[in-house]
Amino acid sequence: MNQKYLPLIATIVIFIVSYAVCAAQYPNILSTRVVGNLLTDNAFLGIAAVGMTFVILSGGIDLSIGSVIAFTGIFLAVMLESTSIHPLAAFALVLVITTLFGAIMGAIIHYLEMPAFIVTLAGMFLARGMAFVLSIDSIPIKHPFYAAMKGFYYKLPGGGRITLIGGLMVLVFALGILLAQRTRFGTNVYALGGGAQTSALMGVPVGRTTILIYGLSGFLAGLSGIVYSLYTSAGYSLATVGVELDAIAAVVIGGTLLTGGAGFVGGTLVGVLIQGLIQTYITFDGSLSSWWTKILIGALLFAFILMQKAILLLSRQNKRYS
Amino acid sequence: MIESALRFGHRLLPQLVALTIILLLIWLVFPGFFALEIQNGRLYGSVIDILNRGAPVALLAVGMTVVIATKGIDLSVGAVMAICGAVAAASSVRGDPLTVTLLLAIGTGLVCGVWNGFLVSVLNIQPIIATLVLMVAGRGIAQLVTEGAILTFNDPGLIFIGSGAFAGLPMPVVIWLVFGIAVTLLVRRTALGMLIEAVGINRRASTLSGIQTPLLLMAAYMLSGLCAAIAGLIVTADIKGADANNAGLWLELDAILAVVVGGTSLLGGRFSIIASLAGAMIIQAVNTGILLSGFPPEFNLIIKAAIIVIILVIQSPRVQAGVTFLSRKSVR
Repeated sequence: MNQKYLPLIATIVIFIVSYAVCAAQYPNILSTRVVGNLLTDNAFLGIAAVGMTFVILSGGIDLSIGSVIAFTGIFLAVMLESTSIHPLAAFALVLVITTLFGAIMGAIIHYLEMPAFIVTLAGMFLARGMAFVLSIDSIPIKHPFYAAMKGFYYKLPGGGRITLIGGLMVLVFALGILLAQRTRFGTNVYALGGGAQTSALMGVPVGRTTILIYGLSGFLAGLSGIVYSLYTSAGYSLATVGVELDAIAAVVIGGTLLTGGAGFVGGTLVGVLIQGLIQTYITFDGSLSSWWTKILIGALLFAFILMQKAILLLSRQNKRYS
Repeated sequence: MIESALRFGHRLLPQLVALTIILLLIWLVFPGFFALEIQNGRLYGSVIDILNRGAPVALLAVGMTVVIATKGIDLSVGAVMAICGAVAAASSVRGDPLTVTLLLAIGTGLVCGVWNGFLVSVLNIQPIIATLVLMVAGRGIAQLVTEGAILTFNDPGLIFIGSGAFAGLPMPVVIWLVFGIAVTLLVRRTALGMLIEAVGINRRASTLSGIQTPLLLMAAYMLSGLCAAIAGLIVTADIKGADANNAGLWLELDAILAVVVGGTSLLGGRFSIIASLAGAMIIQAVNTGILLSGFPPEFNLIIKAAIIVIILVIQSPRVQAGVTFLSRKSVR
């Protein structure tokens, strides 16, 4: 068996085992209602996490996504409240803005040779600040189009619903997997994560790829913001604080190496679902407090980092003896 | 002696110029800015306010500078502040004497530092990921300690740390000044500072040349934990209660920003604690300035982002190479 699949398999096994443990205690967790809600409630996180997976695969990091999601939400709310523009046009406009925003961060990272961490930190402050400037209030969105979008779902047997946003997340993941595994851009991302200098020598267009990666992350953060505004039917500049951390955690739990170069977009979906499952379990239990979510996710994060370390060590030893 | 003082001044010049310009700008829009008065034997005024409110970031910046100099980063300091504040409040509510409360809080900070240091130096995990674990789990742990509530206490000794005064200055100001100077002397009057820089520039080479790298890294993260513990005590004592959700929230980013504004490179190596402290004061002066000048506080984050971008451009290896290239040409 190929060793590069080991973290992914471990993640899937952990997910199935923990789902089974939860189901043994609360059989209702197996109902399609819970499954449907698991997808709907984590849709915005999942979509943003796809972008984060590409960024981390390339050896970078994007701290700005939580703020970009909040900016998108408040931008849509303000636009729909004060102008008569159609939501779809507003969606297109905000996606252009967030994509450009990400691409500019990518350009700064590449051309100024600065660490992604501090550049996207500035982006985080800027996006949150722009959201504050647009409005500091929580603005409800009452457009009939939003109500129509919400009423659009596929009914599963057993009463569960695959909502529009839940389905959109699955679609984004499918496209993300294709993009990572079956396109030249995806190969370039993996190469960049393996080593910027090496890939430049191999002929990978480092500058263009970096800009595209952060542009993609900005685009998906904007899409995630649209999903979040559909999910809550409101825009609030203080929303989704710290979502970047949840996304990074999902990527790592999904088996992607934080140093870049190895991992799978599909694993991130499982990482997101594990986080959602922990929250669902805590809701079902009722007596456990919400802070256990954070502690458990932290513990999982630690376990996966250790596992990746061990796998790296093992593969190095195998190479030595072979 | 004079030469070294001059060199020191040269290193600090950009930060001091920036700080002076910001203070003068605030003074222009708010003429009463430099006014000081003494009431009940302590100083009051906007300048003192900046020094006082900047205390947590200044303390965090001391530890963060040393960690960054080793080519690391500590994302967990905000969460550690929350944990230590929660531990102190819980201990005070239980009725422990003040010394026990303080020792418990500081001990907790050191333990958090040992955990981070262990992950980085023994398990060889990238610092940004290693400290992410505690950043994610830390607030949960703090809430576990406070049991989800905001723990309030009224031990006058503990409250004194947050709002008392010593020699006319607010206690937080005294603490960060003394602590900053003590750590600076410790690293600059011994070989420690040089060893830290060596580890930051090339960890392998320094290990091969006989430096106890794991021990030094552990010590750096423990110092960061200690700073976070003291900062957590100050924040908790200031509001007379432990708020696990909001104590130290996003302060790790402010602390990193202070270090970057202070001119220490995120890529490790040369560092200056005094410059980082000046950086912390610049950030606080901007915050206070925006409030005083009547700008909506919403602009605060945008201005911070602009500052980071300007510093990034100045620090960028490519821009610096270009500047040296141009200045060389003009000499010829």
